[in-house]
Amino acid sequence: MINIVYRLQRPKFFEEAIDEIELEGVVVRPTHLSICQADQRYYQGSRPAEILDKKLPMALIHEGIGEVVFDDSGEFKAGDKVVMIPNTPCGDDVCRANYSYNSKFRGSGFDGFTSDLICLPQDRVVKIPDEFNLNVSAFIELISVAYQGISKFSEIAITPKDCLGIWGDGNLGFITALLLKELFPDSKVIVFGKHQDNLELFSFADETYRIHDVKGIAIDHAFECVGSSASQTAIDQIIDLINPQGTINLFGVSEYPIPINTRMVLEKGLTIQGNSRSEREDFIGVVETLKGNPQLFEYLEKLITNICEITSLDDLKEAFDRDYISKFGKTILKWNK
Amino acid sequence: MIFAAILAGGIGSRMGGTDTPKQFLTLGDKPVIIHTIEKFVINSNIDKIIVLTPENYITHTIHLIEKHIPKNDNIIVIEGGETRNDTLMNSIIYIEENFGIDDDSIILTHDSVRPFVTHRIIEDNIEAAKRYGACDTVIPATDTIVESINGTTIESIPVRDYYYQGQTPQSFNIKKLFNLINSLTEEESNILTDACKIFTLKDEDVYLVDGEVSNIKITYPYDLKLANTILEDGND
Repeated sequence: MINIVYRLQRPKFFEEAIDEIELEGVVVRPTHLSICQADQRYYQGSRPAEILDKKLPMALIHEGIGEVVFDDSGEFKAGDKVVMIPNTPCGDDVCRANYSYNSKFRGSGFDGFTSDLICLPQDRVVKIPDEFNLNVSAFIELISVAYQGISKFSEIAITPKDCLGIWGDGNLGFITALLLKELFPDSKVIVFGKHQDNLELFSFADETYRIHDVKGIAIDHAFECVGSSASQTAIDQIIDLINPQGTINLFGVSEYPIPINTRMVLEKGLTIQGNSRSEREDFIGVVETLKGNPQLFEYLEKLITNICEITSLDDLKEAFDRDYISKFGKTILKWNK
Repeated sequence: MIFAAILAGGIGSRMGGTDTPKQFLTLGDKPVIIHTIEKFVINSNIDKIIVLTPENYITHTIHLIEKHIPKNDNIIVIEGGETRNDTLMNSIIYIEENFGIDDDSIILTHDSVRPFVTHRIIEDNIEAAKRYGACDTVIPATDTIVESINGTTIESIPVRDYYYQGQTPQSFNIKKLFNLINSLTEEESNILTDACKIFTLKDEDVYLVDGEVSNIKITYPYDLKLANTILEDGND
């Protein structure tokens, strides 16, 4: 079937294209999308030129929900609200599918969600209850990345989890700290950030510290949600404060190689684990966690700083521009294009 | 009930060089009309799809649908009429005879040669027809419109901001449409080239639904070539 896709042709320039989709699997009409830093890097043209040349034109956005329009299996009804999974395995592997070279990822290598309709295999959508806050649900994918990292952390952490430290007072830091507080209610959750205004929002955390004002604190495990070149100072501080045999869980994306004090990593016997993307079980885990703890929506809603109605490509451009100048929070696209 | 009427009655006199009506020519790997019907098939709000074709194309159309959209019992193929409005009327008569028309029944009428219509446009049509009783899909006019009565000199140049280009679907409350058509004088019937005009003639509001520039009508050979090119381009 003919489908209209809205692709980033080159930085800051969207264009519509005609695509064809097979009427196989689930056809979803996107309703609420959310801009990720990765989308913003394509839009601003801050990825290396050879990457932009290789990947564009491409529809952006890999965080989003929609309504089922059609399902050839009958598993979903038209009108069902679903969260879409951007990771798409293309063959078996020995590792999790979100780390497999055999997987494709929407909005990075193939078209993301800015289109009239999206066709996905049945296992790439997860139903969400009608009563879910739809603006928050738009970024379930981001929550699932934190969830995925926390699941892996609980498998490898062998020392006590009495004190968990989160570095970064942005979106992912907020979500990771909130999930840790929920999933490890007996642990003390401490957040380390640079911006006092942002730290004020972490009212659920046991303690918050500005990174330049940290004395006499030790943590058992750390979650780095800083990214960019700033992750170097964050990782340095983590290595200083962490107890022996703790785990360092990295989430922050950097365009630059980050030096790590390996001497102290060796001395303390630390484990460093990288985290990226997520898979179906993480989406299900997040949906179940939100179902069981609806009060989380109230906290997560605080992350939403822009809600933009999109009826034209100019609206989409404006939403990216507004998102870019926002220091904190998520931009939600109410998709009416 | 919600009906879609796919108007494929035209014989494509402007297409030139081919005897096959333009809706049956191939776009990508399927006939244009199949691409168009698919857009309505996947919309679960639509109860029945009535495809209206020239009489000698009914069997061909049924075969095409069986081949490309199997396992579907919501599509009916019937004969269109001499003019666009006759074709529309045929669909309404068919609905009345086979399903009955209640106060809430609506019909989306769509050109079979507009395969690029989006799901969003169809949804907006359903909502507007339910709420307002009539709607037309339009895009703002981009070219300057000039009015000439004698075909030689310009009579006036209207303010472009007030002008739109009509696309389809055009959607209506069927009962309202039926009553209005029956109230037309013969003189009024003769000047009707557009279903929405029936409403405006009778001072009934027709709500505007945003169309898309890409929702083009395949009228000329150039359009089909263009449509095939943009389809290939998008699939690369």
